[in-house]
Amino acid sequence: MPSFCGLELEHPIVNGSGTYDVIAARRAFGEALIESFPFSAFVSKTITLEPRAGNPPPRLFETPAGLINSIGLPNKGLQGYLERDLPELAALPVPLITNVMGSTAAEIAALLEAVDDRDEIAAVELNVSCPNVRTGLDIGADPRELAAVLDAVRRRTSKPLIVKLTPNTADVALVAEAAEASGADAVSLINTLRAFAPAVGPDAVAGEAWLGGGTGGLSGPAIRAVALAQVSAVARRVTIPVVGMGGVQSGAHAAQMLGAGATLVAVGTESFRDPAAGARIRDELRDFSAKSGSFAR
Amino acid sequence: MSAPFGRRRLTIGGARRVGAYVVLAAPDPGGPAPEPGQFYMLAAAERWGGGEDERPFLPRAFSVLRATGTDPPTLEFMLEDVGPGTRRLGELVPGDGLWVTGPLGQGFTAPGEGRRALLCGGGVGTAPLAIWQDALLASGREAPALLGFRDGEHAEGAGLLRDARVATDDGSTGHHGPVTDLLVAELDAGTPAIVYACGPPGMLEAVRALCEARAVPAQLALESGMACGFGACFGCVVPTRDGSYVRLCVDGPVLDAELLAGVPAH
Repeated sequence: MPSFCGLELEHPIVNGSGTYDVIAARRAFGEALIESFPFSAFVSKTITLEPRAGNPPPRLFETPAGLINSIGLPNKGLQGYLERDLPELAALPVPLITNVMGSTAAEIAALLEAVDDRDEIAAVELNVSCPNVRTGLDIGADPRELAAVLDAVRRRTSKPLIVKLTPNTADVALVAEAAEASGADAVSLINTLRAFAPAVGPDAVAGEAWLGGGTGGLSGPAIRAVALAQVSAVARRVTIPVVGMGGVQSGAHAAQMLGAGATLVAVGTESFRDPAAGARIRDELRDFSAKSGSFAR
Repeated sequence: MSAPFGRRRLTIGGARRVGAYVVLAAPDPGGPAPEPGQFYMLAAAERWGGGEDERPFLPRAFSVLRATGTDPPTLEFMLEDVGPGTRRLGELVPGDGLWVTGPLGQGFTAPGEGRRALLCGGGVGTAPLAIWQDALLASGREAPALLGFRDGEHAEGAGLLRDARVATDDGSTGHHGPVTDLLVAELDAGTPAIVYACGPPGMLEAVRALCEARAVPAQLALESGMACGFGACFGCVVPTRDGSYVRLCVDGPVLDAELLAGVPAH
């Protein structure tokens, strides 16, 4: 029974933001999804102030043991989320964590204030893998930049704030320290690694991108070793809890993430291969912990 | 009817060659009967990975060719070796394990009053038209099929439907030319029709444009790379006429042609 930011969760397995549309999944799988819900908390996809259509296709490229995506954070915008998605997400049998992203401190402040009003939302996750419109740098790529943004917005919500770190930075642990110092209650990592998919097919031109959005983000087992290193580096340097993710496919992998210092483990790409992967990983982890005794939390 | 939650392991009951294609058959004790036009995500239970470029990694989406019998129904899938996923699936033999998730997505809907169904397929896009033809015939309707293939070996796939008229790119079987030649002749014959089509993007776009020009309704079964098949990844979108996107996996794979300004090239 992990305790995380004041939430008492049934088990350590959650979903990575943007990897599970529970509303669409319920249309496909019906109430069985709810009855054997895989995750101990549900993390929404990234919500922005204004609606986004997402990137032009193609949006996916399969790699050795992985996936490059360039989805572009399609979402209904803050109002659309609150009015149309939140009622259904609030009815899930687990706490709801809402993921938000803005490209300025003012945008992020507006998002945090709006979700702060909603009792259905248990915690907020801030996606900082977004370029600052002023500097062009990803907010989460630079510790000073992140600190400045968090210092400006942190008091806009009394809810627990999880900062979803970007792995595309020189020293992720330094960024995590800055997040903690500026009021983050937890950090989550790793987001996808920036990646390029070359155009393929008979008409392909050398150097051109396959993905409609240009570059994308790599996920899946291809990044698991990188994720373990980054989770471990961050967990050693902060005192707040860490949500570890990146290529987790089994209970043994989840145990490795916990061993690296994570409190919760998120499953993402593996859910694409099996919609019930989270439930399987939860059960495997429980059996693994029962046998070894070392990762029961 | 909902798909069972999660992927389930089936056992291959049959694998037969039909010209250039392979038809896999697998009894599905845990699943509901699919609706025509729905699809499944498939992956080999063993050695899924380690092929060309160390792939495949993700499951592959296949429209169901047929579901025969009940208790349990046997699912049939038609595949052609076009990459590491289809290559591995094409190696499967009876007794091998097959992961399936499904049935998924929205299928075909019946013709409106006074319209006759015309089925138009290209290549491996024949698959969803077979189960749809079965359903139309069973409901007492006519369901003539026009199928295009690149050559005679591929054209053997036409045997998967009843009384199909065939066109081939190389003229080795049937009409020498695109299947849309046959479609134009049928559409211009005068009886109000609705077209059900599945095939490569160029063919589907030609069908869409022909139908639009004649104000003939059409339902198009589209294909796109998919990671998940159940709406999670947002990877399989196609642009719609109103400038937004729809996910093929949950809003399709069968779409009303009037939703689209064009069929995307990939």
